[in-house]
Amino acid sequence: MSEISARPKQERQPGRLTRIKHYFCDYTFLHLMLVPGLIYFLVFKYLPMGGLVMAFKNYNGGAGGFAAIFEAEWMGLQHFKNFVSSMYFGRVFFNTLILSLYRILFGFTAPVILALMLNDVRNRYFKKAVQTITYMPYFLSWVVVAGLLKMLLSPDGGAINGFLGFFGAEPVYFLAETSLFRGILVISDIWKNVGYSSIIYLAAISGIDQQLYEAATIDGAGKIRQIVNITLPSISEIIVIMLILSIGRIMDDNFEQIFNLYSPAVYEVGDVFETYIYRNGIQEGKFSYTAAVGLFKSGISLTLILFTNWISKKFGSEGLI
Amino acid sequence: MRIKMSRGDRIWSAVVAVVLILLCLIMLYPMIYVIGRSVMTDGERALNPTRLFPRTFDFSGYKFILFSGTNIPRGYLNTILRTVIGTSINIALTALAAYPLSKKYYPGRKVITGLIVFTMWFSGGMIPSFILIKSLHLINSFWVYIIPQAINAFNLLILRNFFMQVPFTLEEAAKIDGANDMTVFIQIYLPLSQASLATLVLFYAISHWNQWFDGLLYINDNNLWTLQYMLRQLIESTNVSNISSANTTLDQIPATVTVKMATIVISTLPILCIYPFIQKYFVKGVLVGSVKG
Repeated sequence: MSEISARPKQERQPGRLTRIKHYFCDYTFLHLMLVPGLIYFLVFKYLPMGGLVMAFKNYNGGAGGFAAIFEAEWMGLQHFKNFVSSMYFGRVFFNTLILSLYRILFGFTAPVILALMLNDVRNRYFKKAVQTITYMPYFLSWVVVAGLLKMLLSPDGGAINGFLGFFGAEPVYFLAETSLFRGILVISDIWKNVGYSSIIYLAAISGIDQQLYEAATIDGAGKIRQIVNITLPSISEIIVIMLILSIGRIMDDNFEQIFNLYSPAVYEVGDVFETYIYRNGIQEGKFSYTAAVGLFKSGISLTLILFTNWISKKFGSEGLI
Repeated sequence: MRIKMSRGDRIWSAVVAVVLILLCLIMLYPMIYVIGRSVMTDGERALNPTRLFPRTFDFSGYKFILFSGTNIPRGYLNTILRTVIGTSINIALTALAAYPLSKKYYPGRKVITGLIVFTMWFSGGMIPSFILIKSLHLINSFWVYIIPQAINAFNLLILRNFFMQVPFTLEEAAKIDGANDMTVFIQIYLPLSQASLATLVLFYAISHWNQWFDGLLYINDNNLWTLQYMLRQLIESTNVSNISSANTTLDQIPATVTVKMATIVISTLPILCIYPFIQKYFVKGVLVGSVKG
């Protein structure tokens, strides 16, 4: 794409004053368009970032609201020390990491496999139907998905316990079992997102030169051999990029999902950063302390994202910007 | 020459078909289960935990939530209002901000775009935002649903990228003919971006429809609660007090589970009905928004 640097009907202006004047006059309409957006980002994104100084202060609400944050007394790194030395630090950190690893391990491979299978469907209508049905759960809120799950998994008349009952099993309270809770999180995440996540791979596959497949067929390569030797190598670049980007999001903890499904019985295996922040900050009012926990989390997150974005550029991703 | 499928290929095709059919059943089963059992009598449901389709129909759950003076109809209205007003404001502000940022000649465009991208990577998080919104007097106000999420940075970048693909010659020609920036934006860019705008409408509208967390954080007034928030409160509790109001007729309350299922169904039905028609837009949106390989 060629760089367009000059506006139409406009010569490069000499002199600083004229340049400033022209900056404000010629772009008036463009400036005006940008104003609401800029105000929005400054107030609702950058002000809260500034508010993060409360992590180093002793602010616990009360009079003065947001402005009072800046007048509260300094605490240094005390809140961070308290968090790191508390018993919750290990639990929250480990749960966040292990759930992300599961998500990458299973949630990442499932859409690739789905895309490969969809690509081998010959009947157009069947393919369309499968796509429509598998994309659908993406549009349900976690509140609804949690509601569906609670109905299905209920120990008191839920379908899964109903099926187990045919084999004489005792009802299981699935969502309160520490040994099952993470599995339920991973499976429900795949259920909700697998179709949607497969779209990008399907698009990449559709861009592969069909002649490669024709040649392979003539050479006697079967379908599976074609997947291994043509399809996968052709989309390997996008797979690597998506993988790297998902590693960058390893500190994201799927708050909405966990918050709607967990209960004190499974805090041990399901409590993550955001749920911990919600309970201690919003419910118990330990604002400064939880802001420190949040800053700790988003600091690591930012580092990972910057690092993985840099790596993925090495692999040829243009990214969004 | 037609090449016959080998034995291995036939097995593979069969495996693919079976796996995909199973997958579709797994996707549909929870929804069918809840829809079917929301119209079942309590007795039938208790005795047949795996039954999907009722022998006798019982609509008492729907009757209760819609016609007994519960808060649900009000919640429905709030959700619709929030979705319509919120999405309109989203689209207007997103388009306005995306346009100048798409201009290669606009001074400071790189810096401003960078600052917006940065908000996708790092944020103040839950607590500072909560205190800020409290201080802005948005607590217990309908506008807390709209203003704090007036623009989504990701959607803004999608639209900006689309605007950047519009050939510069169109703008140039219009400007030579005497058009100003406003005319160019309204008469050239907006009509050309209808498909992209439709995708954004879809993303914004779904996110408004599904949002519940701001209701939990900022709204104590049951006249302002949205459907999703009420559904969440209902699912978390063991009775229907969360959705009842002072003028709810309480003489004939169906079993709580019936009410829960009926509420799940009515809060999801609009999405399920509209979804097949808008599918093509969101597929497009995913691809525009994702990394270019």
